Amino acid sequence: MSDIWEGLVQAFLLVVRLDAELIEITLRSLQVTLTALVVATAIALPLGALLAVRRFRYRRLTIAVLNALMGLPPVVVGLIVYILLSRSGPFGVFGLLFTPTAMIIAQVIIIVPLIASIAHQALRELWAEYHDLLISLNTTKTQRMRAILWDSRRALLTAALAGFGRAIGEVGAIMIVGGNIDHSTRVLTTAIALETGKGDFALALGLGFVLITMAILVNLSIHALGRTETEGRW
Amino acid sequence: MSGLLPLTVHDAVVRRRGKTLVGPVNLTIDGTGTTIVIGPNGAGKTTLLKMMHGLERLRSGTVRWAAPDAEARKQQAFVSQTPVVLRRTVRENLTYPLKLSRVPAAEARRIAGDWAARVGLSDMLDRRAEVLSGGERQKLALARAMVRDPKVLFLDEPCASLDGRSTREIEEILSAVAAAGTRIIMSTHDMGQARRLASEVAFILHGRVHEFAEAPGFFEQPATAQARAFLNGDIVE
Repeated sequence: MSDIWEGLVQAFLLVVRLDAELIEITLRSLQVTLTALVVATAIALPLGALLAVRRFRYRRLTIAVLNALMGLPPVVVGLIVYILLSRSGPFGVFGLLFTPTAMIIAQVIIIVPLIASIAHQALRELWAEYHDLLISLNTTKTQRMRAILWDSRRALLTAALAGFGRAIGEVGAIMIVGGNIDHSTRVLTTAIALETGKGDFALALGLGFVLITMAILVNLSIHALGRTETEGRW
Repeated sequence: MSGLLPLTVHDAVVRRRGKTLVGPVNLTIDGTGTTIVIGPNGAGKTTLLKMMHGLERLRSGTVRWAAPDAEARKQQAFVSQTPVVLRRTVRENLTYPLKLSRVPAAEARRIAGDWAARVGLSDMLDRRAEVLSGGERQKLALARAMVRDPKVLFLDEPCASLDGRSTREIEEILSAVAAAGTRIIMSTHDMGQARRLASEVAFILHGRVHEFAEAPGFFEQPATAQARAFLNGDIVE
């Protein structure tokens, strides 16, 4: 119990003192996660819409695989990305290993199936509702996808937030591909793992509380920007 | 009159999961006015309308318009029994079809405003369509179907579950639309409505067009025993 109290005090002090290192790793956490989120949603939302609107061979299999990949073990993803980006790997020439870019790639791979699956659920229901109307209006497949994406935007925000939650708390994959290098690839989660390993539980907890607070603030900001939960809009 | 009609349905069959829902149907719709499709529940009225509009895939047979297919599709509209509204404002619902047709935004807003006024939704243009009542939704769906000025309008029981006042308002709009030259093909289970609106009647039974006749003749002297029984309010099997 005293560890938790000390952690709270540490978190408070770190924030109040505007600790330079804390600010650096917090900003890096945000940069890596938000970039991964933008890239992942750009892939996952059209994919979810495509699976809702188009009928093609192996569509059911694709959906089943996508759902299964929601539980993709991050450590395995990290390992695969590590092998691909390592000097002897196929993408070694780009020199991305142990950079924030490698961490973004790993996070994108982890959260694309999650966002796409949640998005697909919402889009599928709306497509069932809009099906006759949009076909009757003689729309193209792209127009249909655009219509359901736009009209599901608030449900898709939930999908994106789920992706953000998974990515911001991710440690296994980004530890492997990022290496937790000080002033380079250290983020809040890897810093927490490091401080826990060193036995500095108070600091680790302090960073943990900062991480949780940041995640809540980002969620609230996105909700506010999306104007959800306001009268007649959800 | 429109270059779209006649609509010729030849031996058209719709099957789903091994069951024939409609057909074989042979039917020609031409001229002006309102064709009312009637028949007992489950007879295939909705499927027949959807089939003619192109929302149901044919198992066999043909549905042919006088105009080429691509052109014909642009000149039709469909309003379903449960009106579907886009999760947008009333104005955005009305401008959406126009946006698809690349009508300039200012012109689209003007047309949307005109149609909102015609169906009595002028005060609700900026309201979310999801919060409208059933009658208001049906009027919105009808107005949205009409903004592109279709030559043929399909309606599937547009007044089912509406109160008397809303039904009267919808019927007045439909009469005006028909008078302006739009060909209406509509199903209903309300015989009073069928008598008020029909210029010709298609009586459907077991997925087939059992009788197809001018409205006055059909209502006064139906040719078949089943149609007579249906008009008398008997159960028709």
